[in-house]
Amino acid sequence: MFNHLLSLLIWLPVVGAVPVLLAGSGRPSLARWLALAVAVLTFAVSLFLIPQYHLDGAVMQLREDHVWIASLGVHYGLAVDGISVALILLTTFVSILVIVGAWEVIQDKPHQYMAAMLVLEGLMIGVFCATDALLFYVFFEAMLIPMFILIGIWGGPRRVYATIKFFIYTFLGSIFMLIGLIYLYQKAGTFDLHALAALPLSMTEQTWLFFAFLLAFAVKVPMVPVHTWLPDAHVEAPTGGSVVLAAVMLKIGGYGFLRFSLPITPDAAAHFAPLVIVLSLVAVVYIGYVALVQDDMKKLVAYSSVAHMGFVTLGIFIAFMLVRDAGNLDAAKLGMQGAMVQMISHGFVSGAMFSCIGVLYDRLHTRQIKDYGGVINVMPWFGFFYVLFAMANSGLPGTSGFVGEFMVVLASFSANPWIALFAAFTLIIGAAYTLWMVKRVLWGDITNPHVAEMKEINGRETFVLVAFAAAVLALGIWPQPLIHLMDNSVAQLVQQLAVHKI
Amino acid sequence: MPSMNDILILAPEFYLVAAACLLLLLDAFMKPEQRGLLHWLSIAVLAVAIYMVVGAAPPVSLSAFHGMFVRDGVATILKVFALLTTILVFVYSRPYLRDRKLFIGEFYTLMIFAVIGVMLLVSAGSLVTVYLGLELLSLSSYALVALNRDAPLPSEAAMKYFVLGALASGMLLYGMSMVYGASGMGGQATLDLAQLKSVMGYTQAPTLLLFGLVFMVVGISFKLGVAPFHMWIPDVYQGAPTPITTFIASASKLAAFGMAYRLLAGGMAEVSHQWQLMLAVLAVLSLAIGNLVAIVQTNLKRMLAYSTISHMGYLLLGLSAANPEGYSAAMFYAISYALMSTASFGVILALSRAGFECEEIDDLRGLNQRSPWLAFLMMLVMVSLAGVPPMFGFFAKLLVLQAAVHANMLWLAIVGAVFAIIGLYYYLRVVKVMYFDKAVEGSELRMQADGSLRVVLSLNALGLLVIGLYWGPLIAWCRNALAG
Repeated sequence: MFNHLLSLLIWLPVVGAVPVLLAGSGRPSLARWLALAVAVLTFAVSLFLIPQYHLDGAVMQLREDHVWIASLGVHYGLAVDGISVALILLTTFVSILVIVGAWEVIQDKPHQYMAAMLVLEGLMIGVFCATDALLFYVFFEAMLIPMFILIGIWGGPRRVYATIKFFIYTFLGSIFMLIGLIYLYQKAGTFDLHALAALPLSMTEQTWLFFAFLLAFAVKVPMVPVHTWLPDAHVEAPTGGSVVLAAVMLKIGGYGFLRFSLPITPDAAAHFAPLVIVLSLVAVVYIGYVALVQDDMKKLVAYSSVAHMGFVTLGIFIAFMLVRDAGNLDAAKLGMQGAMVQMISHGFVSGAMFSCIGVLYDRLHTRQIKDYGGVINVMPWFGFFYVLFAMANSGLPGTSGFVGEFMVVLASFSANPWIALFAAFTLIIGAAYTLWMVKRVLWGDITNPHVAEMKEINGRETFVLVAFAAAVLALGIWPQPLIHLMDNSVAQLVQQLAVHKI
Repeated sequence: MPSMNDILILAPEFYLVAAACLLLLLDAFMKPEQRGLLHWLSIAVLAVAIYMVVGAAPPVSLSAFHGMFVRDGVATILKVFALLTTILVFVYSRPYLRDRKLFIGEFYTLMIFAVIGVMLLVSAGSLVTVYLGLELLSLSSYALVALNRDAPLPSEAAMKYFVLGALASGMLLYGMSMVYGASGMGGQATLDLAQLKSVMGYTQAPTLLLFGLVFMVVGISFKLGVAPFHMWIPDVYQGAPTPITTFIASASKLAAFGMAYRLLAGGMAEVSHQWQLMLAVLAVLSLAIGNLVAIVQTNLKRMLAYSTISHMGYLLLGLSAANPEGYSAAMFYAISYALMSTASFGVILALSRAGFECEEIDDLRGLNQRSPWLAFLMMLVMVSLAGVPPMFGFFAKLLVLQAAVHANMLWLAIVGAVFAIIGLYYYLRVVKVMYFDKAVEGSELRMQADGSLRVVLSLNALGLLVIGLYWGPLIAWCRNALAG
């Protein structure tokens, strides 16, 4: 089993979706239990990654390699490093919570919802494992189909607009990456990422490729100015869709930078690092202000996601400045680590925020902040969790939100104090928009009579929120295991940054 | 005198001619309620033909009748898929034809004659055979389009098809005559494609040759249906009875690819630098016109017609690379397109009933509520047509884009990529209508109860996914055929 652990992780949920779909039609509760069983089983299998992954061993481990298309030299190649392991665990963990979260909320064709969720889970795991660029691309694109369906069937009133925008936007980004990959294949004769990383490329080639990759991953992250699909998709998606989108899918953008932009086009990436850094700072500061004025809770959290993901791109690209200009490998490593921790942390925090909004939405069927107020009076326990996640979202020390952002700010300080200054703005703006939302939703008197009738969270919802809360706190108080898990891989990435390949 | 060897090489074709004549006779003596037997017999006849084509496939390229007819790897592959898609058409159309009182013997006989035309065309070794095969295919197709002779729309479509088709055939013949003439200026005048290839370089009349080439490209473009020679496609697709549309969109496209391959890659290989750019321009035009105009269509068959135009643009991307890699990519594309269009029209056929054509995109509204399985199959076909991995259609696009990049036509690949994004929209709209819209009260979207149709259509659509996951053998087969 351990020889094919990664394949198992990918295909278990995908194949598991078939019985859910077949057995579940007409029997909703069977579909739900089956889906939960598959998700839990996948999570259990993913836990084996921890003992199987040797922290001080080679960087890429648990390798699987089969020839997929012999005449083109395409391989079905899988392997993981510490970063992938962390992201896979995040994926399997969040998937369970999403399925539990949708339990009785999704009444319309629940078997299809659950099946789409499971297929999505498998494909996302595939993205994190693939070592062959074409295989990566296949997972990367195939992922869009279940998400398209999820938003389109179970979404809000403008779901069709949002989901088509989501699909076309992402497809637009990635198709140019495909051309880039074809070009690389023509030069290298293989799609193997390791070989592509070793391929010497001229600066012109690197520049074009860098922008092809940037477009694909910037849309996914998303970075300013290609973030506009995200608020729409988030607002219209069902709760589970939003959670997966924010918690895992956005991370694929950041992960793509690590796997493609850094190793394949290091010189162009270093050259254009200031551009990406500026865009990241715009995301942090400007999008923070945009979040402040939102009336819709989901939109607010969506914009806050863009701002938080700005830290991920900032941390990754600040490392270039540090390595190439200052020769400061330690600070570069810190920045990169911060970016990775921020990815995982944002996965938990945004997932939790969207779950909370889902809880509110299920009761009042509105996401407008002005329709709430005084919720704490009727739902004290919910209020407790909501405040906790809000604190994490604004980066309070002791929660996971603090660790990554702090590391990135520290690292950028060594590069340029001005960058650090703008990045640190998030502590003020983030707190402002999150806490202001908390104030308007939770505190105050009950003005809307419907709020008075809201029921306290039930056992199922409590389970989801407790699980998220545990993860947020654990990561905030003791991030060391996570940092340790990714240490080797980050160190190797930082080494790669320094290598010129012109 | 033809030798025994010649006849053996043409055995599958001779067999089909004999079988078609027998079926025609049989039909004359059959009671109308026994037509089901004819249906199954026709399928069996084609299945045996596939066996004959593959089973006795020669390891090397063979030619018969002094090089008029070539039996090589390319011909084998194209024939197999042409026969296969025709079987699919037969299976999908029985309920449709029955409901419309078109379940008649002529349909089967004409279809088989059309397939014989396809087989001749893809095996052509000389300009004469190209023309013979093309006319056999075309004349059968014209008659098939007008099969429902009392209805005005099909008759109109048949007339348009015939007039424009005749014009294109004329162009092709004109071009052939010029090429023949040019080959005589400086060498032995010849109609043989293999000899043309070798004497082409010595011609004293390069201008004449070029003129001939242009006219031939026009003829090929018409058959493929690439812009600006695409005018007939939307009207014929929409007007023809859906089974015939399915045939024109599948086997007929394989034939058109075969013709382009024989004429351009075979006879005109020496002047490939001349036609490469022509094809590239045609490809860009088709991608633009096909994809942009498809967006505004409300009729599903018409939308698929414009989608065909864009797909033929992608096919040209592969052909215009003018090397074996490009040809194999284009052949792979033609096969993928043929299988996707049988599946897409198969869904339309499966949903049509007496008095209900299921032609409008809106007719699919809420299909997921009424028949989730069929909606799922249609979704597979649509994402495959759009070129989203892991479907067959994606890998076909990948290969033609790759061929273009390899042939130093990066710009063409980028144009292809941009139009793939635009094309995505109208395929997604079909998925949207099926999945996100609520079914109209009282609408009866049901899959036809025909068992064989259900099974085969499911296999056809799922096959797009399966081949997508495991397309190695198919591309290897295509590449070997072109390398050998």
